[in-house]
Amino acid sequence: MEFKHLQAAHCENGVTTNLLRSVGVTELTEPLSFGIGSGLFFVYIPLLKINKGPAIAFRTMPGLIFKRTCNALDIPVVRKKFSSHEAAQQALDQCLAEGQPVGCQVGVYYLTYFPKEYRFHFNAHNLIVFGKEGDDYLISDPVMEEPTKLSSYELERVRFAKGALAPKGQIYYPKEGRPVTPEQIKNAIKSGIKRNVRDMIRIPGPIAGVAGIRFTGKKIKNWRDKLGQQTAGLYLAQLVRMQEEIGTGGGGFRYIYGAFLQEAHAYHKKDELIEISKLFTQSGDMWRSAAVQAAGIYKGRIGSQADFDVMGDYLIKIAEVEKEAFTALSKIKWDS
Amino acid sequence: MKKEETPQDNGALNKLTKEVVYTVDDAGNYGTELSTGWDVKTKALDVAWEDIEQRIANAKEKVLKGEASPILYFTELRLMDPTIVAAYTGFWKWTIKQHMKPSVFNKLSDKKLQRYADAFNVTIDELKTMTIKEDGI
Repeated sequence: MEFKHLQAAHCENGVTTNLLRSVGVTELTEPLSFGIGSGLFFVYIPLLKINKGPAIAFRTMPGLIFKRTCNALDIPVVRKKFSSHEAAQQALDQCLAEGQPVGCQVGVYYLTYFPKEYRFHFNAHNLIVFGKEGDDYLISDPVMEEPTKLSSYELERVRFAKGALAPKGQIYYPKEGRPVTPEQIKNAIKSGIKRNVRDMIRIPGPIAGVAGIRFTGKKIKNWRDKLGQQTAGLYLAQLVRMQEEIGTGGGGFRYIYGAFLQEAHAYHKKDELIEISKLFTQSGDMWRSAAVQAAGIYKGRIGSQADFDVMGDYLIKIAEVEKEAFTALSKIKWDS
Repeated sequence: MKKEETPQDNGALNKLTKEVVYTVDDAGNYGTELSTGWDVKTKALDVAWEDIEQRIANAKEKVLKGEASPILYFTELRLMDPTIVAAYTGFWKWTIKQHMKPSVFNKLSDKKLQRYADAFNVTIDELKTMTIKEDGI
């Protein structure tokens, strides 16, 4: 089977890129998948708790990057969920027998090759199964440097993890490979950017997009009084963990988006793309500085109200930079 | 982030793999680097785990004092909450809350205990005594 494992910063970007490359869309890179899938986002849902901390996301809903990227490139997708464990394994084995690498949604709590520190009940991790040797499945986990293996029992356990976003054995893959023209990629980039502009600056309500970043900044200033020093520290630690899942370099996916805009420039000769890319680099750097400030607080090195104010102000400033960036993107005059 | 600023601290994930990160070179062009981890993130994870350890210890103490059943302890030990326990055992959340009372727990049938034991990946004996001989997690 023709399957090449390429490491990615983020799992869904990596699965999308590697699956599409395996059916012949070799031009695709991780930043292109992320940008075409309008992956950049921010949301803080105050009433929802994850692991007893705030529910914050820096990227779009799980599953959307793959779906949007395939749609934009006009590649039909197969997606199946299962109630029976046997049927789930049979469907997978059938694909592998036909030479089809398969994307799987899995839970990480029982993902044996992950270090214990990372194993929470998080059910929206993605990996590719690309072969079988005896009882072992060959696994391409995009966040890892090399492919790995899981026994059939281990794979079944992670495919049928339970709780929020339970994968229910979900598999997905491109139904067929089609040649993708540079023109299609060009259009996909444009629509990906437009949709991301919508999600970040036109989305209604105070908790999502750029407004959500500002909202969170204001909330953080109250955390010390409202939650007490210890819980406020835990909340900030959770913010940083969401910002820096795996491989985002601390910038909450902002660097990947900056890289996407540079790659977009190769398809659309708009010099604004290069300039706006710099704003995302700046935003990523500010997210990193905010994380350092947060760490000072949860390490207990600092923790006065003034320190929380500085933390909150970082986010308020970040919101301004990202607003400027997305407004500039919304003003690009596309040629086609 | 500049290429040369790529953090190379010791992170938990480093036991498994280095991470890809996107950075810019001197000319401002994006590329990828491999990172072994970042202290700021490692510490965030440590803080989360310290909190979990504390919750596990508190739960154990409550069980030993007779204020809760071992189900509370294993819920914390397995990083679950009643919603996740419900998903794995098939019991209602309300029922699980009842089962967290020692008086109710002590009367549970082996069949019901087995459902908890499976969810927590332990034997019934381990479930009752809060001692795990071989942890398969």
